[in-house]
Amino acid sequence: MADCGEPDGPGNKDDITRSKNEGKELTKEEKQRLRKQKKHQKKQKERKNEKGPSETEKDKTPVSLLPPPQPVATQKAPSALPAPASAPIPVPASAPFHSSPAPSPADKPAKSKAELKAERRARQETDRAAKQPGSSSSGIKTKVPLSELNPVVKRLPEHVQVDDPAVVKRLAKKLERQQIPLRSDYGYKVSLFSHLHQYSRKAPLTQLLSIPSTVIHPSIVRLGLQYSQGIVAGSNARSVALLHAFKQVIRDYTTPPNEELSRDLVNKLKPYISFLNQCRPLSASMGNAIKYIKKEISNIPSQCKEEEAKTKLLTCIDRSSLVNNILCEAFEKSRKFRVIVVDSRPRLEGREALRRLVQRGISCTYVLISALSYILPEVSKVFLGAHALLANGYVMSRVGTSQIALVARTYNVPVLVCCETYKFCERVQTDSFVSNELDDPDDLMVTRKGKTQLENWQDVSSLGLLNLVYDVTPPDFVDLVITDLGMIPCTSVPVVLRVKNLDQ
Amino acid sequence: MEECLVEYFRTQMRTDPDMASAVAAIRTLLEFLRRDKGETILGLRESLKWATDCLTEVDSSVAVSSGGELFLRFISLTSLEHQDLSRCKKVMEERGELFLEKISLSRTKVAKLCHTFIKDGAKILTHSSSRVVLRVLEKAAAEKKRFTVYVTESQPDTAGKQMADALRRLNVPVTVVLDAAVGYVLEKVDLVIVGAEGVVESGGIINKIGTYQMAVCSKAHNKPFYVVAESFKFVRLYPLNQQDVPDRFKYKADTLRTVSDLSDEHPMIDYTPPSLITLLFTDLGVLTPSAVSDELIKLYL
Repeated sequence: MADCGEPDGPGNKDDITRSKNEGKELTKEEKQRLRKQKKHQKKQKERKNEKGPSETEKDKTPVSLLPPPQPVATQKAPSALPAPASAPIPVPASAPFHSSPAPSPADKPAKSKAELKAERRARQETDRAAKQPGSSSSGIKTKVPLSELNPVVKRLPEHVQVDDPAVVKRLAKKLERQQIPLRSDYGYKVSLFSHLHQYSRKAPLTQLLSIPSTVIHPSIVRLGLQYSQGIVAGSNARSVALLHAFKQVIRDYTTPPNEELSRDLVNKLKPYISFLNQCRPLSASMGNAIKYIKKEISNIPSQCKEEEAKTKLLTCIDRSSLVNNILCEAFEKSRKFRVIVVDSRPRLEGREALRRLVQRGISCTYVLISALSYILPEVSKVFLGAHALLANGYVMSRVGTSQIALVARTYNVPVLVCCETYKFCERVQTDSFVSNELDDPDDLMVTRKGKTQLENWQDVSSLGLLNLVYDVTPPDFVDLVITDLGMIPCTSVPVVLRVKNLDQ
Repeated sequence: MEECLVEYFRTQMRTDPDMASAVAAIRTLLEFLRRDKGETILGLRESLKWATDCLTEVDSSVAVSSGGELFLRFISLTSLEHQDLSRCKKVMEERGELFLEKISLSRTKVAKLCHTFIKDGAKILTHSSSRVVLRVLEKAAAEKKRFTVYVTESQPDTAGKQMADALRRLNVPVTVVLDAAVGYVLEKVDLVIVGAEGVVESGGIINKIGTYQMAVCSKAHNKPFYVVAESFKFVRLYPLNQQDVPDRFKYKADTLRTVSDLSDEHPMIDYTPPSLITLLFTDLGVLTPSAVSDELIKLYL
């Protein structure tokens, strides 16, 4: 310890002052270095446990009045740590307290952590009170106590970290606590998408549920099964079904004694949402719906009687299909037009849309997406539905949408996206890899004339089947977004979100 | 009633030829408000709308209709909770005058923002005759910057020649070029500045015919394409292509009244999409085309 502590003391002080005055921002490398330091310090703590108090005294004086991160720097100085990483570290407050319990890296097993924390805080207060250096803590201003600075590290959602075993373990533990079975991935995953889940439709989650399962409400189980089998599909249909199921849940809910409805109901909803997530990853519109419901529930005043509260919630819930509706309405206004429905495997959702349009009497043409460049010269406008609109203007929709937008742009055909405002979300994404959904790869198998192609794809070790569900279209390809608030360009999504937040 | 209105409007345009037609229209509307003898606020609003329609029949530019609509919104944006109608009217009149004051200063604000983008020794290309562009160039000349200007002749009314005369009076070296010579001249030019008759929700502009061509050519040559426009020209249209611009803006007012079959007539304006525009200079600040929609939402909602 002595080697690290003393000689570097004064030199590092200058570094530290400079860095403190420069600013509080940390880059990724600095954060990584911090984590390494933490680990290193833990090890050192174990090793240097025997060192006497004299050592700590020596170290204490030069760096005594400096806030905890300082010793971290002094210790690491030999390993050429650049100055800015040291002082203004907005590290989660536990880190320095935890790893450098005393101003010196050496441990003082005699003092407990709480006492040391209090010591340090008192020191910081005296520093701030002293303001300008009259004390030996020359020129070092302790600007803000560490606890106020927020950790800047953002956590990735777990569903895009499937190849990280630590994350998967954490998820398994969480599901165990909530008594929900963990769905296992199926089949060989294409390496570029190995960070996403891939489930098989033939192994629904409900088979793993124990029969008297009191944790999950039966309507939610039914809903989960409908999602995983694809019976309820499409952004609007899923959200509506979700809200109906929640209505049933609220109707059957009774507040347990000594509990408040607003808090308990929200806690009850958590396992349901995990279960639904396991059946099929939540969509952006479902996420918004859930946020809204949770907000409504937590806003219920505690004095409200149970019956009242329940009716209140039910009424507030009560207030792609979209493109079809637009076309049908236009047809009713006797506009003369022809519709070309573009469809793609494996879902072939266009057939249902085609059926509905033809029933209304609209003249339609049906093509597969491979014939796109063939028909585009005779198209005047392209209408697309959206699954979600992201905050940077990108449109997240069924896979194939960005392809259509791209080809339409080269033919100079205007592309219009129809999307309700409840599908706007604060997320930002620039490509379709980071966060997506992998559907059952067995869907790509096709049986014609009794022969099934790709039947034994699992036997071929180097073959992977990829069944993507969503893709992301950049805003340069989209000319106009039609919403319930009016026509807006793609880049104005953050404005709408801002306006909506003000309303709420 | 109508002739009185139109006469007043025409007088305003005659007394100050430098004034934008939209400003004259708003002055007329304000005077109309003062003289109006209506009994209800709703009736007042209806008659103001009617007056705006009359004025658009006289001068069919986009700016007149957008200016009128903004005027109406601005004056009714306050709380009109007073019991007495005359007090309400007074409040509306005061706000109307405030609005008028603000927009009379808008050209100066635009000129102040834009002239810094004109560097010493710059060669500027502009289209037809725009008073805002003229004001910008006046300010740049007053700041002792040396620049040369190329103006397109801009058929069918050869408005470019008027612009050239005005610039010559400022001692700015100016050359008049044919509309067809835009591609030829663009390699010598450093930047392109045009005015606008209307700015649409997507961030695109509606301007004298020939502007779209100039924008496409400057994109091909990678020259910045700047638009200068006052904020009362922001209009709630969203055209996706040239066809989507309504007929009432495309042709002059007299043509619309007299001619039955418009397919023989040549349109006077065209639409430039936002992808070809670099920046817009307005009295609300320097905006990118995507920011126009944000400003419009703030103005109209």
